[in-house]
Amino acid sequence: MALDMVMEPDYMRDPRKHHFSPYMENGGTSIAIAGDDFVMIASDTRLTRGFNILSREQEKVLPLTANTMMASSGCWADVLTLSKVLKDRITMYSHEHNETMPTTAVAQMLSTMLYWRRFFPYYVSNILAGLDEQGKGVVYHYDPVGHMEQLAFSATGASVAQIQPLLDNQAGALNMKDTTPPKITRDLARQLIHDAFISAAERDINTGDGVIVHTITKEGKTEETIKLRRD
Amino acid sequence: MTDTRQLCVMMAGASLSGMFTPNLWSGGPAPGQLYNFPASKTQHDSKTHTMYPSTSGTSVVGLVYDGGVMLAADTLGSYGSLARFRNINRVFKVTNKAVLACSGDIADYQFIREVIEQKVRDDEIHGYTPELNAGALHCWLTRVLYNRRSKFDPLWLESVVAGYKGDKPFLGFVDKIGTAFEAKEVATGFGVHLAIPMIREAREKGNLTKDTARKLLVDCLKVLYYRDCRAHFKYQLADITPEGITIHDDLDLKQDTSWEVANFIRGYD
Repeated sequence: MALDMVMEPDYMRDPRKHHFSPYMENGGTSIAIAGDDFVMIASDTRLTRGFNILSREQEKVLPLTANTMMASSGCWADVLTLSKVLKDRITMYSHEHNETMPTTAVAQMLSTMLYWRRFFPYYVSNILAGLDEQGKGVVYHYDPVGHMEQLAFSATGASVAQIQPLLDNQAGALNMKDTTPPKITRDLARQLIHDAFISAAERDINTGDGVIVHTITKEGKTEETIKLRRD
Repeated sequence: MTDTRQLCVMMAGASLSGMFTPNLWSGGPAPGQLYNFPASKTQHDSKTHTMYPSTSGTSVVGLVYDGGVMLAADTLGSYGSLARFRNINRVFKVTNKAVLACSGDIADYQFIREVIEQKVRDDEIHGYTPELNAGALHCWLTRVLYNRRSKFDPLWLESVVAGYKGDKPFLGFVDKIGTAFEAKEVATGFGVHLAIPMIREAREKGNLTKDTARKLLVDCLKVLYYRDCRAHFKYQLADITPEGITIHDDLDLKQDTSWEVANFIRGYD
């Protein structure tokens, strides 16, 4: 390529062909932690394209129903499309059944929707958090093509490699002898999310600017904003 | 390659049809299905015209200031490295509440402009009273561009939508694959590297009034003219306030630039 450029004058060369990729990595990191009567879901607010920061205040946790929220990151164009279609389907469900779609049903539907695009996937990492029919906090984790797993806590997105081991250790007490996992309280969950994002922002350029932490309980939703480094 | 891609697109479009119930609107797609946008082929055969360079425009820069939104782009249509057309307008007043400016393939921009113009006329003659506002146009563009990228026939554009959404100023970005966001300052092309940091820095120093905003925008264009080989000194600037939209055509920043230092550069002759 470089040699061709030197050898031939530009009018002898073929017109330059641009490469087209339908996907783009836009960063973003999300965490969700479930408790007995609550669930917390958080994401950073940075949107990137390569070394550029496109936005410092792009919320990535999307409200779906009164007690369900989804955090998605990856290819932002796919996030926008997936979330639009998902919200439409939830609305259609509520019109058809005259009730809000339960978290468990939303969770299954998301998996199905992702798998339907198995051979041209939504390039998106998702976590779904909500309250189940008993009011207990639940977290679902997805891969881009619809594999689904229910977990007590999960991280996804750009900084998953930094955060998931921390959660495994602190919330799950995994990979250690003679330890029992702690009881997940709201204070503990909030502290873990806070520390995880601070650490991730130190090490990963795709995570930063701010975090919005959402808490879902029977009483409703609350949110808190935490600042992160902006460089 | 072609087979895999066709399979991808077919699976994405066809396999969804009929599995779910109703369409979003009559003649429209079911959620998640691909919508047939005007002038796009129904069979998913990749077209090549957008894969080649043809006439293209460089950066667009926009910012929100106290009391409005401002947007600027130069008027050069480059053909590769040739400065082919020096008077191409690519800032477009859509309605009294929305302006669209694009960089990328000029042909694709002119195509989408015609579609939007027709859409605005249709809205009007069908008695759809609310004027297409910037938020709606931005949202619509994300769908059109995402739809085309999903057919592997993208519109090679990076667009900036400026205007009002209700009574709030709006400034948004969409690119050829449908990546979209809203921000206080938006740029495309080289503007992302050169103009955005200038605007963010200026904003940290204090409020942007109409005057400072315009000075800042012209400064950005000047830096782009100095450093971006595909930039030009002639430009258009759009100012959007609640009172309406003013587009200044045929502006010129040549008299503000100085190439004195060029005489001192050694080593390239």
